[in-house]
Amino acid sequence: MGIADGLRQWLDERFGWHEIRAFIEHKTVPLHRYSYWYFLGGMTLFLFVIQVLTGILLLLYYRPSANEAYESVQYIMTQVRFGWLIRSIHSWSANLMVFTAAAHMFSVFFLKSYRKPRELTWLSGMLLLFLVLGFGFSGYLLPWNTLSVFATKVGTDIPGQIPVIGKWILVFLRGGEDVTGATLTRFFGFHVAVLPGIATLMIGLHLLLVQRFGMSVPPGVEEEWKTKPLEQREMRFFPNFLLRELMAWYVALAVLGGLAALKPWELGTKADLFASAPPGIRPEWYFMFMFQTLRMLPAKVGFIDGELLGVLCFGAAFLVWTLLPFFDPGRPGRLQRLITGIGFFALAYVAVMTMYAYVAK
Amino acid sequence: MNYQSTNVEASPKRRRFLEVFLGTGVMASLVSFLYPVLRYIIPPKTVELTADNVLAAHVGDLKPNTGKIFRFGSRPALLVLTSDGKYHAMSAICTHLGCTVEYRSDLRDVWCACHGGLYAVDGRNISGPPPRPLESYDVFLKADEIYVRRPGNA
Repeated sequence: MGIADGLRQWLDERFGWHEIRAFIEHKTVPLHRYSYWYFLGGMTLFLFVIQVLTGILLLLYYRPSANEAYESVQYIMTQVRFGWLIRSIHSWSANLMVFTAAAHMFSVFFLKSYRKPRELTWLSGMLLLFLVLGFGFSGYLLPWNTLSVFATKVGTDIPGQIPVIGKWILVFLRGGEDVTGATLTRFFGFHVAVLPGIATLMIGLHLLLVQRFGMSVPPGVEEEWKTKPLEQREMRFFPNFLLRELMAWYVALAVLGGLAALKPWELGTKADLFASAPPGIRPEWYFMFMFQTLRMLPAKVGFIDGELLGVLCFGAAFLVWTLLPFFDPGRPGRLQRLITGIGFFALAYVAVMTMYAYVAK
Repeated sequence: MNYQSTNVEASPKRRRFLEVFLGTGVMASLVSFLYPVLRYIIPPKTVELTADNVLAAHVGDLKPNTGKIFRFGSRPALLVLTSDGKYHAMSAICTHLGCTVEYRSDLRDVWCACHGGLYAVDGRNISGPPPRPLESYDVFLKADEIYVRRPGNA
């Protein structure tokens, strides 16, 4: 008996290893023309793991105070061996993760994977998307450069517009009335402790629900399989699907390495709290559609301030979007067509506004 | 194993009392834990400069048709010298979403780079998204020093 067998037996006697093995081997992935969309969730998870690992490495040198933050990132980029690589991968991977998470969301939406009984899977996924955006927003401030400080001023002013509780949220986020070193300390805490804690719990819940219900089959494919049961195909998750996913992860790593080497993430200039906002200032691409909307809204719409209207509309839109599965009747009809229509409208709005923002300047 | 009591159904009143008693006790203790936390996460108010005169610049620092950001207490403010030699001072915090504005010599107006808001040199919002004018301040000269103060704080 070899060492591996001995270890397996040891584990088996204690944890029922063969049960875990049997469980893993039973999981399957449906095979059909949309199967490649199943890769996006795993890809997002992979990028999250990259974020955790590179984030821990950055923590070895980063200093979270207004006097030292910029210099410490500069030190990472110029002095620490491969520091430029670690930080650039962290920044690029963050951006790719926002993209894959959003793509995952739209694919789930249009393939109607959120239908009963998977409403809570969608809900936990939406919370994870908001967490990802929170990671992006809080991490953006940490290098303490000019762009990040103004992005934080605007980004924290937006929830500050909410009637009644807005001011409270603003002070809570900024650690005071204004964006100062206190804001940096708070955002650091959110970024490396609060958000990772919540995100880990949420990912656990999300995966548990995915595991519980299995992969969703799109309604169209489901219909076809009902009429022609012989066409139903599936693939074992382990090792067949996982190995394919691994290939995709390797490609993602290559893309990250290439981006980090060819376009290392810029550091910008150190933040000056008493300087004017530089011309051409704008947020990261994933906030551009909101940025462009806020820029286009007039000062007053009727009797209500334009910015307040914009903030309330976006808040309402995100809420409705998050709760959409609960309105879906789960069978074809006018309501379901309307929901699909809303999806296309949302996608088109985000795409058009984002492109317009880059063209309009 | 079964711990169910045999007289549960016999005394629903006592059971209800215990539920309410325990429930309110737990709730009260949760509130007493949460209250300090909620107070803790809102930072204490810092003393703000209000009445003092702030030295914004010296005569000759600014060329006509230019502006300069100066510290007004803990916040940025803008001093503008127009082409006809008049000084204007105002808060530099855009009333739209809180960016810091600047004086644009080419437009002869005050402009915010973030969302393109435009103000006149007296602080009035002219175009773009800003909903309110910038708070304007009084300017007065003492020898060659330019002082700024909030209106009404003579």
